[in-house]
Amino acid sequence: MKSIFDEADEIEIRVRVNGVARTLSVPPLRRLLDVLREDLGLAGSKEGCGEGECGACTVLVDGAAVLSCLAPACQVEGTEVVTVEGAGFERVQASFLAHGGAQCGICTPGMIVMTRAWIDACRRDGTEPTEDGARLALAGNLCRCTGYGAIIAAALAAAREERA
Amino acid sequence: MQVSAREAMVHPMERFIGRDLARPDGPAKVRGEAVYVADLRVPGAWVGGTVRSDVARGVLRGFERDPAFDWKRVTFVTAADIPGENVQALIVDDQPVLASGAIEHWGEPLALIAAPDVATLEAALAAVRPRIDPVAPNFDPELSTRVFKSIRIAKGDVDAVFGALPAGAIVVEGTYRTDSQEQLYIEPQGCIAWPPEADGTITVKGSLQCPHYVRKALVRCFGIAPESARVVQMETGGGFGGKEEYPSVVACHAALLARAAQRPVKLIYDRHEDLAVTPKRHPGRVKLRAAFSGEGTALALDADVLFDGGAYTTLSPVVLSRGTLHASGPYRWPSARIVGRVVATNHVPYGAFRGFGAPQTCFAIERLFDRAARELAIHPYALRRQNALVAGDTTATGQLLEHSVGSMQVLDAIARSSAFDRHAWCAPRAGTGAKRRGLGMSFFFHGAGFTGSGEEMLKGRVRVDLLPDGRAEVLAGSTEIGQGTDTLFTAIAAEALGVDTLDVVLARPDTARVPDSGPTVASRTCMVVGGVLEQACRTLRSRVVESGGTWRERARRFLASGGDGSVTVTYASPAGVRWNDATYQGDAYPVFGWAADVAEVEVDVDTCEVDVLRFWTAVDVGHALQPRLVVGQIEGGSLQAVGWAQREVITTRDGRFEQDRLATCIVPTTLDAPRFDVTLVEVPYPHGPYGAKGVGELPMDGGAPAVLSAIEDALDLHATHVPATPERLLALLEAASATPVRRA
Repeated sequence: MKSIFDEADEIEIRVRVNGVARTLSVPPLRRLLDVLREDLGLAGSKEGCGEGECGACTVLVDGAAVLSCLAPACQVEGTEVVTVEGAGFERVQASFLAHGGAQCGICTPGMIVMTRAWIDACRRDGTEPTEDGARLALAGNLCRCTGYGAIIAAALAAAREERA
Repeated sequence: MQVSAREAMVHPMERFIGRDLARPDGPAKVRGEAVYVADLRVPGAWVGGTVRSDVARGVLRGFERDPAFDWKRVTFVTAADIPGENVQALIVDDQPVLASGAIEHWGEPLALIAAPDVATLEAALAAVRPRIDPVAPNFDPELSTRVFKSIRIAKGDVDAVFGALPAGAIVVEGTYRTDSQEQLYIEPQGCIAWPPEADGTITVKGSLQCPHYVRKALVRCFGIAPESARVVQMETGGGFGGKEEYPSVVACHAALLARAAQRPVKLIYDRHEDLAVTPKRHPGRVKLRAAFSGEGTALALDADVLFDGGAYTTLSPVVLSRGTLHASGPYRWPSARIVGRVVATNHVPYGAFRGFGAPQTCFAIERLFDRAARELAIHPYALRRQNALVAGDTTATGQLLEHSVGSMQVLDAIARSSAFDRHAWCAPRAGTGAKRRGLGMSFFFHGAGFTGSGEEMLKGRVRVDLLPDGRAEVLAGSTEIGQGTDTLFTAIAAEALGVDTLDVVLARPDTARVPDSGPTVASRTCMVVGGVLEQACRTLRSRVVESGGTWRERARRFLASGGDGSVTVTYASPAGVRWNDATYQGDAYPVFGWAADVAEVEVDVDTCEVDVLRFWTAVDVGHALQPRLVVGQIEGGSLQAVGWAQREVITTRDGRFEQDRLATCIVPTTLDAPRFDVTLVEVPYPHGPYGAKGVGELPMDGGAPAVLSAIEDALDLHATHVPATPERLLALLEAASATPVRRA
C-alpha cells in the first residue's frame, strides 16, 4: 500500500529476514513495518499506533529491538531482521501461553520479541533476570488486557528457564 | 493469587470447570498467526477514509472539491448515496450515518472516500473541504436542555429522614466528578466490506464485539433483510466496550464505499483518528447527600447523577441506568432517592466502556463513605462492613438479595490479605521525607447481565450441532476479544457434554451461521450465554443414549439412526425475577458480583506524583470456571481503574479531544502497574453455569476510589475528582478542604 513515505525512487536493499536473504526494491523511507507486513506478507508485527508509542511492531534488527513503524527501510540494509514469525522465540512463546500472558493477542508479538531481546541482553551483560528488569525492558510495550502481571511472570519464567 | 477459597470449590467430578485449560486461540496469537482485520490480504481492495467536520456544531451546505485533483481516481460518497435510511441504528434514531444537514460534533462523518492506495486517499482527503455554517455549540452538560434519558429511583421517604434526624446523626455531602476515559484497545477500529453480491448480500468483516449489532445497522442503512447482511468477527485486539457500538459506524461506512466503488474496501482507522472520534467513557458529576446515625448506621441517601452524553444518544440511556442503579453502592439504605439524567452536548458522542456508568457512581459513594468515616471517627473498613448489604436485605430498587451475596466474604478476604482493617487510616503520622505512603479501600458490587428486563427482551440463543464426525460444534454470537470466551465455552461444552475438549469445535462468530446470543457486553458472556450453552449441551448429551465406544462413535451411531443432533436453547430469566421499567423498582439484575479493593500509594510530597505500589482485591465471581481467565480480567480491569484514578487524562477543547495521539493519551505501562494480589471468593450462583456470575466489568468499579482513599491517607487530602492528577492534588493542597460536613 503506497503511503506518503513511499514517494521517492526505489532503491535496492539487501537484508536477511527470518533467515532468508532478500533483495528488495523499495522507496528508502518506506516503513520497515510496511515492508514486512505488505511486501513480505509477515503480518505478525502489528501496528497499534504508528508513532512508536505502543511497541506492537517490535522486531529484532541485528539482535536489537527496533520499532518497525519508525524504522525506514534504508536503515536495515545489510542487517538481519527477525520477526515474531522467525526462529528463537519458542521458549518465550510457550511461557506466555503457560502464564496467561496473551489475551487479545494484539500486543503479544511485540511483547514476545521484546522479551527475547531482554533475555539476550541479560545473557550478554551477565545480569540476573529480575522482575524489575523485566518491567523496565517491557516498559515500551503497551498491553490493555492483562494488567501486565501475567506478562512479567511469563518473561521472567522464560528467562530463568533459559539460564537453567 | 490466593486460591485457598477456590480449591474448596473444585468438584471432584468436574474435569474442566475450575481447572485452567490452554487457550484455543493462544498458539496462533503468540506466533503472530492470528488474523486481525488489518492482516487480511484482499486482492483488489481499496482503502477508505472519512471526511469530517472541523467544527463542533453547524449546518452542512455542501463540499468544495479541488478541481485540480482527478476525482475519477477515487470514489466519493455522501448521505445522498445511502440506499436505506440515513440512521445509525442503535437505541434512538438520532445519529446519521453521514451528516446531511445538522452537524452536532467535531469529527462528525460527512462524506467518505475510497482510493486505490493510501497516498491517493490522502491527496483526495486534502482536496475536499466541507462548507459549514457554524452554530454556537454547548459543551456544558449542566446547561443542556436536551435530555436523552432521566431516571428516578425512590425507596422510603428521604425528605422525612433528613427533616427529623436523630440526635448525634451526621449529614455528609459531596460533589464527585469523573472525567472521560479512553478504552485504548491496542488494535484500532477497522472493517473491510465487500460490494453487494448478485443476490444483494453484503459482507463485512471487522474488529468488533457484537456482530448482530453491526448486522442490524447494515440492515437499516441499506434497507435490506437481515439475511442479506453478513457480519464476521475477525480476531479482535481488545474492546473493553469500545467495540460495542462504534464498529457499526465503521461497517456502514466501509459497506457504502464498497457498494459505490464496486470492490472491497478496507476502512481501518489509524490511532490518531481512532482517539479523535470514537466514543469514550461518559464524564460524570454525582452530587450526594447522606445521613448516618452517630453510631454509623446509614439512614438516607440523596443522589443526583449527571452524565454528559455527547452529541447523539448512542448507548447513553443504558449507561445512565447502570450508573443510577449502582449509585447507592453495596449498602443498606432504609431510604434512598437517586435521580439521574444524561444530556446532549456538542462533544463527540460518549459510549460504552467497561463498567458502563457504574465506575462514575461507585467512585462517588465510596468517597462519601470515606468522608463519613472521618466525621464519625469510625474506621472506613468498619463503616463499610456495618452497612454492607447481606442476603435478605433489599437494594434501593427494592430488590431482595437472595442468592450469591458475597459481601461479607470479600470483606473478610480483603482484611486477611491486606490487613487494611488494622491500618490507622488518616492517622496523624510524622511527615518525614519527600515521599509518603498511604492505604485506602473501596467496596463495590456490579450487576451481572443486562439491566432490568434486558435479558428477557434479548432472548440470547446458542446452538450446538453434532458434526458428521461426532464432534460437537458450538454456534454462538459471543465474541472472543481477549477475555477468553473461546476457552470458557470449550470448558463449559466439554464439561456439560461429558466429552474431551478435542470433541468440541467453536464456530467463528459469523451472522450467516451463528444465532444471536446477544452482545458480548455487560459481564454476560459467562453467566448468561454460558448458562444457555450448558443447557444446550446437557440436552444434546441426554439425547445421545447410545452406549459403548467413544463419544464420537456414539454420536455417529446416534446420527446414523436418524437422531436430531442440533439443539438450540433460548435464555429464560430465572423464575421470580421481576423488574418494572416505569418505576425502576424490582430486580435490577439477576445477581451481583461483589468485591473489595485496597490500594497502596506512594506520593511525592513536592510534585504530588502518585505511584500505586500494591493493589489487593477480593472478588466474588460465584465460581471461577477458568481461574486464570478470571484473574486476567480482574488484574486487567483493575489496572484500567488505577490508570483512570490518577494518570489517564482526557480533556476537550472546542469539542475536540486534546489527547488524540498515543504520545499524549497516556495509559499505564509495566512500570506504572502495581503488584496485584487477587483473592477469588466463591459464593455460587444457583442459576449460573456451574455457579458462575459475571466478572468482566466489576474490577473497573473499585480502583479509582481505593486509590483516592490511599492518597487521602498519605496527604490528608480529600480529592473528589478523577483523575487525581498532580496538578489537581497541588491545587487541593493549597486550598482549604471544600466539602461541607455538618452535625445535626
